Amino acid sequence: MIGDNLVHFARVLRRAGLPVGPDRVLAATAALECVGMARRDDVHAALSAVMVDRHEQQALFDAAFDAFWRDPKLLEQMMRELLPRVRGRGNRPETAPPRRLAQALAAPAMHAPAAAPPEPDALRFDASFTFSERERLQRADFETMTTEEFALARRLAAELPPPVAEVRRRRHERAPRGRPDLRATMQRMARAPATLAPVTTRPRRELPPLVVLLDISGSMDRYARLLLHYAHGLARRRCGVRVFTFGTRLTDISRCLRDRDPDVAIAHADRLVQDWKGGTRIAACLAEFNRRWARRVLGSNAAVLLMSDGLDRDEGGALAEEAARLHRSAHQLVWLNPLLRYDGFEPRAAGVRALLPHVDRFLPVHNLASLADLERALRRPHGGPRTDLKR
Amino acid sequence: MADGEPVLPPAPARDGAAAESVVALDSVDAVASLLAGQDYVCDRALATALFLGLKLARPLFLEGEPGVGKTELAKSLARGLGAPLLRVQCYEGLDVAQTAYEWNVARQMMEIRLAEAAHEVDRERLARSLYAREMLIERPLLQALTQPRSPVLLIDELDRADEPFDAFLLEVLAESQITIPELGTIRASAPPVTIITSNRTREVHDALKRRCLYHWVGYPDLERELEIVRRRAPGSSERLALQVVEFVQRMRGLDLFKAPGVAETIDWTNALIALQAIDLDPETVHDTLGVLLKYQDDIARLRGGDTARLLDELRARGTLA
Repeated sequence: MIGDNLVHFARVLRRAGLPVGPDRVLAATAALECVGMARRDDVHAALSAVMVDRHEQQALFDAAFDAFWRDPKLLEQMMRELLPRVRGRGNRPETAPPRRLAQALAAPAMHAPAAAPPEPDALRFDASFTFSERERLQRADFETMTTEEFALARRLAAELPPPVAEVRRRRHERAPRGRPDLRATMQRMARAPATLAPVTTRPRRELPPLVVLLDISGSMDRYARLLLHYAHGLARRRCGVRVFTFGTRLTDISRCLRDRDPDVAIAHADRLVQDWKGGTRIAACLAEFNRRWARRVLGSNAAVLLMSDGLDRDEGGALAEEAARLHRSAHQLVWLNPLLRYDGFEPRAAGVRALLPHVDRFLPVHNLASLADLERALRRPHGGPRTDLKR
Repeated sequence: MADGEPVLPPAPARDGAAAESVVALDSVDAVASLLAGQDYVCDRALATALFLGLKLARPLFLEGEPGVGKTELAKSLARGLGAPLLRVQCYEGLDVAQTAYEWNVARQMMEIRLAEAAHEVDRERLARSLYAREMLIERPLLQALTQPRSPVLLIDELDRADEPFDAFLLEVLAESQITIPELGTIRASAPPVTIITSNRTREVHDALKRRCLYHWVGYPDLERELEIVRRRAPGSSERLALQVVEFVQRMRGLDLFKAPGVAETIDWTNALIALQAIDLDPETVHDTLGVLLKYQDDIARLRGGDTARLLDELRARGTLA
């Protein structure tokens, strides 16, 4: 009886997006045998200890538990209504077949039209430069990727390291010179007693965990899609990549981007993010990131890749303050700006001026109309024009 | 080198009465009162999680803000059980040599020299003696498996270690064993009671969490925090303790960069006792804010008027004269 109920409860939780596998059900059965069914709070604590494994799941679990304790049928009904909002990892959203599938089926000679017409060079700022104070809750109107774009995005993320510097780790790796590794030396000597060469190691250098902050406000409209595809490529390629979008609010889309298929992943993210093409509140969003996320995701020398045009008003110096804090908590802060001119650039907008002193590397991507432009920018040697822009 | 499935010498002192004192905790209440005996006041959910951890022999994974008593739980438990506490303090780059075991290379060298001097020709025997159990230096994780009775194993701030270390822990946590390539597998004679803490500065891998019981340690409610202060800062008057706890509880409601934990509440009470404060007043609060808050922005905010507001609220409730 209890077993049946537990299986049922677990199934409901699973549908609500909690990863409750059969092993958890077994553990839950054992846990209930230990604490008994006499006290409701004990049962709650026991099931929670077994079935929840991150704090974010707690609220959902509590609600489910309360409903279930009253009436299992009611819970199921509730979950059905809740379902469109709470999506699990496994649930694939239903989408129209991606364009690249149609293209792949069509004749190879067919070419996709260019993503966007190239911008005239003389433009200093994008003409679509607007930020509304009102929060415009909009959906991104993304086309699905073309075959070429798909291939390029994958190649870009796979071949090119993200534009952040490697960090020195405390973990060691074998090297021709360095600190002797006595255990390995002893093993080598045991195998071949004649050799007396010590095995040596040196600290490993590797790319740090990456946090991408992607501006999706109206002024970034044209680039957001490209950059999101690039971010997806990075997230797929390497573990430890967190991706946030921000316009008027900050959204963590890391889990959505875990789907291997870019169209599905981005459709997923699209439904989660509510402020596509709305206004910009960079300072408020950075403040929220600093407060809620920085301590959680900026451990182990993480690098922050800020993708934004920096077009914000910086009222009362809040933006400079939050940027300074972000710079202090991140190991390195790299700013990828798709809007500003590459040479002879003059930081006019207050937001740009506020951000610039606090970035470790400034990466302007002039005239970003396609992934190919992004590739060119990423291939530029590190350091680049950043230094003469600072101060 | 010994190969195949080696038979290990048993741990130095193995006795059948291994985990008996642990098993004696047969209810949630027993666990709660054991901890209360060590001046550790916890809510029932945490006691239940710990009870299950003991009963099902599963590690307990505690996550929460700094200063809510995660590490203290392990210490109190060890004291209460009279069991040794073995602690692994995590940091980046932590590896097997620092946490589990290391070969005593100096002794191995000496062994080779001695064999040379004695014109030892039996290489098999030499290899065996080089990788014998005595040549192993035990570090906390291995020590936790070789104790005659179940110790409390505290893996503190796991989020500070890097991911390869998570992976290494899987075997220890799930099977209570460590595999040493040169020697074989060492199984626990008395499985340790394992407590893992994390401040969530990184998401610990799901595979590791799956093998544990999970509990989020939140801030305590007013009564419980008051009880904690009474026990941990016994020098304070009832009146001051109530003011302190009410003040701190309200402070947590502010939008602070880092809200004060229970540890800070205790520290602050002790600081106020040292200053011989009888009641909270704006000046004393401002002078001692550094005990509670560790970010300049937060301190500036409190100094900028929030202290006065909170004290007014306390006065309105009648806690403060």
